[in-house]
Amino acid sequence: MRSAVIVFPGSNCDRDMAVALERASGVKAQMVWHKDASLPDGLDVVTIPGGFSFGDYLRCGAIAARSPIMRSVIEFANKGGHVLGVCNGFQILIEAGLLPGALMRNSGLKFVCKDAEIKVKTANSPFTNAYTKDETLTYPIAHHDGNYVADAALVERLRGDDRIAFTYTDNPNGSTDNIAGILSENRRVLGMMPHPERLNDPELGGTDGNKMFLSLSEALVSA
Amino acid sequence: MKARVYVTLKNGVLDPQGAAVQHALGSLGFDGVEAVRQGKVIELDLSETDAAKAEASVIKMCEKLLANTVIEDFKVEML
Repeated sequence: MRSAVIVFPGSNCDRDMAVALERASGVKAQMVWHKDASLPDGLDVVTIPGGFSFGDYLRCGAIAARSPIMRSVIEFANKGGHVLGVCNGFQILIEAGLLPGALMRNSGLKFVCKDAEIKVKTANSPFTNAYTKDETLTYPIAHHDGNYVADAALVERLRGDDRIAFTYTDNPNGSTDNIAGILSENRRVLGMMPHPERLNDPELGGTDGNKMFLSLSEALVSA
Repeated sequence: MKARVYVTLKNGVLDPQGAAVQHALGSLGFDGVEAVRQGKVIELDLSETDAAKAEASVIKMCEKLLANTVIEDFKVEML
């Protein structure tokens, strides 16, 4: 699996993401600066890491979504490329129009940093096929604007198309229908607030997150 | 010329910050504040001198960046 991590000013989970990708695939991830005009050739997956790109100015992810590299990322996704956005990466994917809905301030107004129990809602995606449906996991969350907002029609569409990837069992941010992560129509773009890349080492609390990267690596091995 | 853009949350979108401000006003003794909605004001200095052209371009800026039209409305005022 050939992967890239997009780095913005203010990204802070980019190196964790690179370690997670390399541990699962055995191939070093390429770090791509946001001002680069194009992605390296031959990529299987592009990841957008967590952090506070551009200081969360204007709206979380708004400025990053309009940076030069994102034109190539959008093109990559539109051609069927796999894209994973975690936390601020999820916010950026939504601002870039690759995923629907919006992420707003947590309903409790506080920054939430803790381990949260989440439930796998579908195993039908390259990101989640190593999990079983309704399996519960404990992933770290750390965000101020993770309150996923979708109107009734969108929630119905996401449910009907089995595009809700993860939900919280105890909602920490007020998100619609407890949503923690969603898939694109072609199931190749995943945005999620919890951090699988922060759970890849027994010394850092566990290796549950590794499963997502192994899942992806296996799905993309033939690609 | 100058433009002022008001970005506010759409009706029906829950505004937890507005609700917190409303609560704080109540605890200061300001009774009868039935709702508070928080938004932002963005001021732009433009080199364009034709008001109609400038306004059209600011509306495009709002649609592409300044507002998230999924959850926000915007209003443009030319000064």
